[in-house]
Amino acid sequence: MTQAASLPPHDLPGLDPRFSRIVTVPGRGLDVGVTREWHCLDTADALAETGAHVAGTILAVHGNPTWSYLWRSIVSESVRAAVAGQPAWRVVAVDQLEMGFSERSDLHRPLAQRVLDLAAFTDALRLDGPVVTLGHDWGGVVSLGWAIDHLEQLAAVALLNTAVHHPEGVPIPAPLRLARARGVLSAATTRTTGFLNTTLTLATPPLPAEVKDAYRAPYRSADRRRGIGGFVVDIPVDEQHESFAELERISSGVARLEVPALLLWGPKDPVFGDRYLDDLVDRLPHADVHRFEGASHLVAEERPYAGTVLEWLSRVVVEEQPEAASRDHASDGRGLDSGGALSAPSGSTSTDDHVPLWRGLDARAGDDDVAVIDMAGGTGEPRRVSWRQLETQTRRIAAGLHAMGVGKGDRVSLLLQPGPTLTAVLYACLRIGAVVVVADAGLGVKGLTRAVRGSWPDVIIGERLGLTAARALGWPGLRISAERLPRVAATALGVACSLRDVAVLGEESALPVEPGPDDDAAILFTSGSTGPAKGVVYTHGQLSALRDVLAAHLDITPDSGLVTGFAPFALLGPALGTRSATPDMDVSSPRTLTASAVAAAVRASDAGVVFLSPAAILNVVATADGLTAADQAALMQVRAFLSAGAPIGASLLTAVAKLMPNASPHTPYGMTECLLVTDVTLDELLVAADAPDAGVCVGSPIGSNRVLISALDADGRATGAPSAEPGVLGEIVISAPHLKSHYDRLHLTDQAATRDTAALAADGSRWHRTGDVGHLDAQGRVWVEGRIQHVIVTADGPIAPVEAEQAVEAVDAVRRAAVVGIGPHRLRQAVAVVETVPAVARPALADPELTAAVRASTQQPLAAVLAVPQLPTDVRHNSKIDRSRLSEWAERTLAGETVGAP
Amino acid sequence: MIVLATGASGFLGRAVAAELVAAGHDVRTLQRRPSEVPGVTDVLGSITDPAHVARAMDGVEGVVHLAAKVSLAGDPSEFRAVNVEGTRTLLDAAERAWVTRFVQVSSPSVAHAGAALAGVGAEPATPEEARGDYARTKGEAELLALARDSAAMHVVAVRPHLVWGPGDAQLTERIIDRARRGRLPLLNDGTALIDSTYVDNAATGIVAALHRADVAHGNAYVITNGEPRPVADLMAGICLAAGVQPPRLSVPASLGRAAGSLVERVWAMPGVGARAGADEPPMTRFLAEQLSTAHWFDQRDTRRDLDWAPTVSLDEGLRRLAAHYA
Repeated sequence: MTQAASLPPHDLPGLDPRFSRIVTVPGRGLDVGVTREWHCLDTADALAETGAHVAGTILAVHGNPTWSYLWRSIVSESVRAAVAGQPAWRVVAVDQLEMGFSERSDLHRPLAQRVLDLAAFTDALRLDGPVVTLGHDWGGVVSLGWAIDHLEQLAAVALLNTAVHHPEGVPIPAPLRLARARGVLSAATTRTTGFLNTTLTLATPPLPAEVKDAYRAPYRSADRRRGIGGFVVDIPVDEQHESFAELERISSGVARLEVPALLLWGPKDPVFGDRYLDDLVDRLPHADVHRFEGASHLVAEERPYAGTVLEWLSRVVVEEQPEAASRDHASDGRGLDSGGALSAPSGSTSTDDHVPLWRGLDARAGDDDVAVIDMAGGTGEPRRVSWRQLETQTRRIAAGLHAMGVGKGDRVSLLLQPGPTLTAVLYACLRIGAVVVVADAGLGVKGLTRAVRGSWPDVIIGERLGLTAARALGWPGLRISAERLPRVAATALGVACSLRDVAVLGEESALPVEPGPDDDAAILFTSGSTGPAKGVVYTHGQLSALRDVLAAHLDITPDSGLVTGFAPFALLGPALGTRSATPDMDVSSPRTLTASAVAAAVRASDAGVVFLSPAAILNVVATADGLTAADQAALMQVRAFLSAGAPIGASLLTAVAKLMPNASPHTPYGMTECLLVTDVTLDELLVAADAPDAGVCVGSPIGSNRVLISALDADGRATGAPSAEPGVLGEIVISAPHLKSHYDRLHLTDQAATRDTAALAADGSRWHRTGDVGHLDAQGRVWVEGRIQHVIVTADGPIAPVEAEQAVEAVDAVRRAAVVGIGPHRLRQAVAVVETVPAVARPALADPELTAAVRASTQQPLAAVLAVPQLPTDVRHNSKIDRSRLSEWAERTLAGETVGAP
Repeated sequence: MIVLATGASGFLGRAVAAELVAAGHDVRTLQRRPSEVPGVTDVLGSITDPAHVARAMDGVEGVVHLAAKVSLAGDPSEFRAVNVEGTRTLLDAAERAWVTRFVQVSSPSVAHAGAALAGVGAEPATPEEARGDYARTKGEAELLALARDSAAMHVVAVRPHLVWGPGDAQLTERIIDRARRGRLPLLNDGTALIDSTYVDNAATGIVAALHRADVAHGNAYVITNGEPRPVADLMAGICLAAGVQPPRLSVPASLGRAAGSLVERVWAMPGVGARAGADEPPMTRFLAEQLSTAHWFDQRDTRRDLDWAPTVSLDEGLRRLAAHYA
């Protein structure tokens, strides 16, 4: 039975009834000769009232089983933006036929018909001017069908969790498989509200009851729900399906789109998970991507997508150029195969002076000198690999991977211990343009899973342990084992082949063309100590720049010899053209490194330069008593020592200097996004100790690096134009040739990290907001004073906690201190929370004597001094004090509540 | 100008009268006992007597109204007669005398219903929710005064919070005396963060309100030192200044509140208060809340509108207190 279109109830939360309208549309395809009535939300009249010049139209298409209600926030926010003088985008959000409040024709509408329907609708609306399509779920596919058929109008495409292609050999998502099963289908989708209800639970946090009711409003009876079942039937499960050809047409058409694209994703979606995002990224390699960690299928309900889309449009669609829509068209019919990547965007650096990392290997291809020494195992002779062996093995693996179809842009996750195998695989991947994903075990299983799934590797190369985890935790990717596994084990782990098989294949195969300096090379992960770990993408040019700045700064030559106890630098040895040794240690637990293991590695590699992580250094100093006379003699030859990973204090650096008396000790400042920003030596640190400056001195920028400060305003936000003026407290903003390219699939994070740096970047430099606060001194040295989120915004302005903490820690009875804020924003009071010597038994106010001593130690007024048995620290480092938690605890305590330990 | 200060024989009243004299005003005072402030003209009488008030108000341009019944317990009708009706009498007389500025000295407790306050401003008085007769009647009086604000007479309410200093019998001496007798418990370890006001700062703040009435009229302002401290810190500071051992004993706040309620009821029984002597009851529910929940305030409006800042820091105030007891 057919039913005419109708208007939604007037009282649905968040939906203004004035936007609803019914459009009569002459039909096409199945509907030739008849008209259909569509319900849609349309902001045209509201915009006309504002008098704003309309930039274009956002055509929004819902999926199954929702309706245009899904788009209510972009409907209202777009009008608000226009009123506020921002670009005015008309939003037209349709209810597809058989869905929402549009007509029920009782006809089954396969995908091709739905694409025709939408075109008929926009024709009836006489939609002209630039159009941005916005789609979710199967509405994403329909919107893209419209997009590829209207290239002359298309300005951009935006998508929320959707899929345009179903990968071969992969079963369709389980929830949909279930919904399609005979008997279940009709019961789930039409006769009952099961499918609808299930979809509405796919939001975290859960939707309010009245919002769920609004979604159910057009689907109150079984005859109004037939369209929901029709959509599920229309999922093309195989080539025989009637909609398969249309889906193929759309998915290959999408790969030819060159208009700006935005992909916003809820990775917890049980249907359209990261697998489908990865497929879309392959088709739209220029797309801006943001994964909202923790969000699920109904990402439009879970995250502020509307503002994101509008802000993005204001940047990527330039209104003054009405030709923008056609600017990027592939109108010349240029074909790209579905896996092919587009060439890198503009701004490419010259390839003339680019020396890729593997050139260091090529240069010594026939050399029988030792290249890599693996001290692992502790017993017996270290494993030595010559330059000739390393180059041969690397070349074979590279060619083998290439022959297997692993190509440029494909992601390869490496779950290997540092050593010659990891080195060979790494350089092989780089050589063929595959993107290396390096997630370290320090993230923990949960963090590692999130990192691996989030970066969605095409291939995982690992040792048995890593592959077992990959299997057990459902990590994606073709699995290659580092060692040869018995057939049973290989099958059980889902392993396709071993590295040896790859190398054998590679003996007969040729290498592909080298990737260029602007191609992505590697993804490293941040520590995740503040929020989920983020993937940081480096290009080949940036990795080469890192190698060059390290070589120049420490004067590394082929004769230098390196001992590398810090993973990222361990891999640079061959690129630097010098031998490198990995000391015997459990890499997932740097505290296992001993002084004698360092000495053994120095002796084996005749090393002049030693890199260690701060956690390892503590144990090296603690085990110095175990050094033999021979060990001590070996350490005499070290001329430079670097604490890589985090700055360490002068006292610890002094202790290391005693172990390596001829070495100049360095403690550079950097982060995953830029491994070397500034550097300071022990001598310089000792000089800086007399300076009146607050914070930790981390020295001066290395090489051509630049460091500026974006001053904090009275509100504690870094709004100042980045400047080199000394003595100004603000966010540390950096630029370096080896700075990261971008964050992986975190478009909004990229925007935040480069906020207000466009003027600086006019000279071609790239900038990054570090999230650290500090200041510059008159000599250009950088002083770090904490993280921006730990700044205490008092009535008198923002203060960074580190200066007061250092002062308080100088009090005899204080072992460790944190200064945190309590109270309302801009009225916060600073409070010191201390660990004492001896430790107190339970948290309480410090006694009057200690309180007086702590107050006297600093210029910073302190509302209270609290003593606790132990300050809360993060799990991974056990050194970063959890100030957010501590602040919340102190606030409750000082409100007079009875509270336990922080 | 000719300024009338009521309640000038009290601890804060004396300080305000002296500050007014120092500011060059012609100062008259109204209270039942001599103020003993040099340079002022005392008019002895009660603010509840319209004739006394009219006599004191003759020719006055500005009024600073401090007189009040300040106590933690007592006869409810007495609170009303002094705090509400006395203020009404004074306002009536001031209007008749063409007074142009009227400063109502109030208390933050007029807007304090027992919950923790952290960084709040001067919310409107809510006498119906206030705890105890003092806070209730002071709240009514403040609303009464601010309702009389007009172009002819600018009315400003100021609420100094926990005023202390040398010679303060209300709070300072009582803390010291109880601590000496080992009868000063801390509630919940005394961790609640509270604002307090050294007496000189309260006096300069009140006089600033008189001077800035043209800008500040119609509003209420909280006045504090702007240096909130945990209750235990403040008490320890005062005790140490007086050479007394600071309190160590802590009781749970809930127990303190329950005990306070009970004591209040017993104290209100006929004859009990009188038999127990002149001292206040050891703990009231109001006091228990004051000493176990945070109350510190946003001072930005106060400092901007009154163009005023404290001149004596908490530490300096404690040094002066120590000198007083030395």
